[in-house]
Amino acid sequence: MSTYTGNRVLSSLDALESEAIHILREVFAEFERPALLFSGGKDSVVMLHLAAKAFWPGRVPFPVLHIDTGHNFPEVLDFRDDTVERLGLRLVVGSVQDYIDDGRLAERADGTRNPLQTQPLLDAIRTNRFDAVFGGGRRDEDKARAKERILSLRDEFGQWDPRNQRPELWKLYNGRHTVGQHVRAFPISNWTELDIWRYIEREGITLPPLYYAHPREVFRRDGMWRAVGEVSQPAPGEQVQVRTVRYRTVGDMSCTGAVESDAASAAAVVREVALSTITERGATRADDRISEAAMEDRKKDGYF
Amino acid sequence: MTTLTDNGTALSTASLFRFATAGSVDDGKSTLVGRLLHDSKSVLADQLDAIERTSAERGFGGAPVGGVQQLDLALLTDGLRAEREQGITIDVAYRYFATANRSFILADCPGHVQYTRNTVTGASTADAVVVLIDVRKGVLEQTRRHLAVARLLRVPNLIAAVNKIDLVDYSEARFRSVEAGLQLAAADLGETNLTVVPVSALVGDNIVGRSERTPWYGGPSLLEILEELPALADLETGSESFRFPVQTVLRPQGALAPGLDPATYRDYRGYAGQIVAGTVRVGDTLTVLPGQRSTVVSGIDMAGEHLDEAFAPQSVVLRLREDLDISRGDLLAAPGTSGKSSQDIQGSLCWLSPGTLHPGAGVLIKHSSSTVRGIVQDILGRLDLTTFTEQPASRLDLNDIGTVRLRVASPLPVDSYAESRHTGSFLVIDPANGNTLAAGMVTGPGPATTGDTGSSKEPDAS
Repeated sequence: MSTYTGNRVLSSLDALESEAIHILREVFAEFERPALLFSGGKDSVVMLHLAAKAFWPGRVPFPVLHIDTGHNFPEVLDFRDDTVERLGLRLVVGSVQDYIDDGRLAERADGTRNPLQTQPLLDAIRTNRFDAVFGGGRRDEDKARAKERILSLRDEFGQWDPRNQRPELWKLYNGRHTVGQHVRAFPISNWTELDIWRYIEREGITLPPLYYAHPREVFRRDGMWRAVGEVSQPAPGEQVQVRTVRYRTVGDMSCTGAVESDAASAAAVVREVALSTITERGATRADDRISEAAMEDRKKDGYF
Repeated sequence: MTTLTDNGTALSTASLFRFATAGSVDDGKSTLVGRLLHDSKSVLADQLDAIERTSAERGFGGAPVGGVQQLDLALLTDGLRAEREQGITIDVAYRYFATANRSFILADCPGHVQYTRNTVTGASTADAVVVLIDVRKGVLEQTRRHLAVARLLRVPNLIAAVNKIDLVDYSEARFRSVEAGLQLAAADLGETNLTVVPVSALVGDNIVGRSERTPWYGGPSLLEILEELPALADLETGSESFRFPVQTVLRPQGALAPGLDPATYRDYRGYAGQIVAGTVRVGDTLTVLPGQRSTVVSGIDMAGEHLDEAFAPQSVVLRLREDLDISRGDLLAAPGTSGKSSQDIQGSLCWLSPGTLHPGAGVLIKHSSSTVRGIVQDILGRLDLTTFTEQPASRLDLNDIGTVRLRVASPLPVDSYAESRHTGSFLVIDPANGNTLAAGMVTGPGPATTGDTGSSKEPDAS
């Protein structure tokens, strides 16, 4: 909770929390139909926690939206459903699997489905007439994200134009848009991975269990530990073994790697992240290693 | 971030410090930012591998010396494909790093065509601005402009980093001459508090550690300066006049958060917002603006916690004893401290749009939590950056800074920007496409009947 330091200066975590709540309330007040992207990943869990605080004693006054790759960890989907029920929310799901099944999307050669989320995301925004979508994107995640505004305009094709963004001044967020356009809002833009974990520890926020150390059957690929699962099978020569691991990000199971860790609590993860010498995307996202501009290209197309 | 390695939890009381960097083209700003991140050990191994690979592919710094590839640190910050291809920085980028006492948010503002737009953006939230100068070029028009913008936006700390000192063989005479020019430019602006530091971003002199190659300097490194300077919040005494723009009214009625007792919260009515100045306590009398109605605070809530007092910049919910008609756009303020709400506003504008502003233009004005229609009645003058004086003008163009008189459709509870960064600032928005045209700072509320308040020689918002 809000910690008073001697001279009434907020701690960095309190200042970040207050900023995020201010943004959540601004967007709620100025838009007709906001929605919050919720995957069960830690950043979106923190977002939902902030939204619950921002509107207490009311319930979170907008639906949550999940773009399901069909490659999710089952325990993350369970967590998603439990959370939605606990908070009394409406869940809207866009399913990549449906798009593949009926031919609107084709499976990629490398099998990863993260880039395939863009079309179902944009369709879900359009069919539900969402005019603002909260995302848990953070500027420290990637160089392209570092250029993202807190309120970011998307054109009628859902595209981000990084060279033509509105200046963002003081705490005055300009969310004006025309029909067909929508706005992405990133209230935790200024948080780092370490801030997220310190906040999870401080607030006692529950996460899907795979964020903490657990024994799991894994095999080594591209310098990462991959879980053995329905969509993630070892190739000949890739030896399956049991290791104590945890996940720093939980996305498409087929391209998300685990790290060896014995951090079994939020406090232990805070210590581990503070000591880490590798970024979370570098450690665990095979798809972000494809090129220097992998994230920029996806964002321009309308990705999260 | 490896700077926290000793004890990650030592950060729990660390405060936030926001600063912006500004410089002209080729002053080496991206390199400076990269150096700051690299030498403060905020760059992680995989990011370093990536820039090492790219540096090698492009032959940066010639052949590797003793097997060590020189690093193009600018690659750390130039995030967009076009930026890397052209070797330029296009848009403001935000960077994060931390030391034991402070978490830093760095707004890296490029110095290209839209340099004023970028610098104004970065400076609007900054506790400090670092202006970068090439020691071989000295004070340029852009340097003066950056200093003027930082001063106009009332950034509490100004630092000038005199870069590329290695390229003049660490000459004290060259540094002192640039330093004198900088202090002269600052004095023209009425700025007496400019810190000047000689650095080499490429080599790393005086960025994180103190350099032995500048013995004649003897002062702190750039990072040491940034760690010691007071943030805006440190400069506040807590006795500032309370200001609370109402963002939204929370009246959950049937839509209570699960688990709450309906009997307790059925009639709950609270005003949600972020305190932008001062302190509030339960029992305080407040004025509701516009309208000058009076009310008393009966409760301060934060997600189920009941507080006795709250202060800027906390986000809270205020409950009031009287049942008044209060909604988004209203301001709760300490009694007798706010200027009258006014439909006539005089302000400084930083014009950020490629289009031209002419008198008579219809615009939208966004102030605190309200957006209203407005007309630019008069352009009173434009700042001449060579002389730092205001000259007569009938239009404003991209990167111009000028003074205007506005008439808005309904009264706005403005303060002067000199008193409050938040209730004294506004956006000018294009009603046709919603784009942000200008950053505005209130220089005087109330009807400006004569022109004499508009002829200030200083580009100061006061």
